Amino acid sequence: MELRTHISVQNLNVFYGNEQALKNITLDIPDKNITVIIGPSGCGKTTLLKSFNRLIDSIDGVKVSGKVLVDGENIFDPKVEVTRIRKKMGLLSQKPYPLPMSIYDNIAYGPRIHGIKDKKRLDEIVEHYLKESGLWNEIKDRLHSPASRLSVGQQQRLCLARGLAVEPEIILGDEPTSALDPKSSQRIEHRFLVLKKQYTIVIVTHILRQAKRLANYVVFLYLGELIEHGPAEDVFNNPKEEMTKEYIKGIIS
Amino acid sequence: MDRRKIEENIFKSLMLASTFIILSSLVIILITVIVNGLPAMNLAMITQTPKGGYYLGKEGGILNAIIGSLYLAGGATFLAILISLPVVLYLNVYAKKGSRLVIFTRFSFDVLWGVPSIVYGAFGFTIMLFLGVRASLLGGIIAVSLLILPIMSRAMDEVIRMIPEELLDASYALGATRFETALKVVTRQAMPGILTAVLIAFGRGIGDAASVIFTAGFSDYIPYSLLRPAATLPLAIFFQLGTPFPEVQNRAYASAFILTVIILIISIVSRILTRRFTKHIVK
Repeated sequence: MELRTHISVQNLNVFYGNEQALKNITLDIPDKNITVIIGPSGCGKTTLLKSFNRLIDSIDGVKVSGKVLVDGENIFDPKVEVTRIRKKMGLLSQKPYPLPMSIYDNIAYGPRIHGIKDKKRLDEIVEHYLKESGLWNEIKDRLHSPASRLSVGQQQRLCLARGLAVEPEIILGDEPTSALDPKSSQRIEHRFLVLKKQYTIVIVTHILRQAKRLANYVVFLYLGELIEHGPAEDVFNNPKEEMTKEYIKGIIS
Repeated sequence: MDRRKIEENIFKSLMLASTFIILSSLVIILITVIVNGLPAMNLAMITQTPKGGYYLGKEGGILNAIIGSLYLAGGATFLAILISLPVVLYLNVYAKKGSRLVIFTRFSFDVLWGVPSIVYGAFGFTIMLFLGVRASLLGGIIAVSLLILPIMSRAMDEVIRMIPEELLDASYALGATRFETALKVVTRQAMPGILTAVLIAFGRGIGDAASVIFTAGFSDYIPYSLLRPAATLPLAIFFQLGTPFPEVQNRAYASAFILTVIILIISIVSRILTRRFTKHIVK
């Protein structure tokens, strides 16, 4: 399988104060595929994910060295406009955080920020992405009610639609199903499988079975180090490293 | 009965007693004001300005002080919002958490909160001398806004600090700037708390006498200019209570009743507004 690279991580080191969270990570993430980052808690999965959209910038005492190239452009270059980088990526967090406004305004928030004012155009965007995230039929009659009244599962799909509405190239998911019930998790997973045709998807998960269901490409981190990465079937069926074998068997977790 | 159960009951009764003290002081204050003020209460009180000899027991009312207080507290609250909101948004959205500036600013809120209002009056008076302004509505507004600034900022800061970091991240992740996030997400999420902060500050401002005594002056007329002296309810109460005439002293209680009603109305309105703004809040 020949994979085109979308995100290229080169010698990435991240420190929180004196603690090193990521140690010299070099890694290519393929375009239009689902890449799953696995590893035990505290291994740096979330840090790696948040360095892709530079959300780690707002953490105190953080120091970053190395490069992350998205479409060949180093996003840590001081000349780069961070809002433009973030517009390229949608983020799903562990717990969904709808914005304190109506369902409609949640979806329209991103497009409005990026300059779309036309009411008809916004209506189309809202409808399109709510359909894309599989939420439209459930809520089409109450678009202007508060987003906070949706169930957690619906909120997560709303967050997905909200992220897609800024027309990103990449979807980042930080354990996006960990707060959801099994049925809602399944819906989100199903969405990912549909969306991977158009988007590069990177998901952090600690659920190994979920990783096996979704991944085309797997990255295994352990205590801030990149242990192994490669196409899913290789890593899951024939792991090269002893540590990967043990993790997959459930000996270390 | 075992020891732990007795302990539980003792502390429960102590807490109930404390609650009772709070409730009964409110009720007793209201009763005192109503019983003493009601005989002097009439329509003229709230529709007329003092006529000659009002403070000797002749006709008139305290409309000058009602309007003066509303102007003054309203103006001071407005001015304080213009300063408080940017400060707390800066502390919570822009500034680095735990930086010296943030810690020192929060510390200064606490210190300023504790400064007696007469000091704000004196300080406001010095500013007025510097600006060449005489005792006037404007002078009062400046002094009272200084007084309520730390109260408002601290109350706003407290609610904005409670907003989860992830909510801000959700906005940043969509490519929003800090300013857009502060304006569209943070203020909306904190709106009920911001309203409460504004109300507390307004209530404190309209009821304060010491800060306006030198700065706003007093006048029997309704102020028609920012540069004219303005009467205020707390001072009207003070002057009326200070006369030797029982009927004028009763008017002081009636004025106090009017002040209490104004604060009550504002509390109720803000409660209703708060409820309206709560529906979008993310928990």
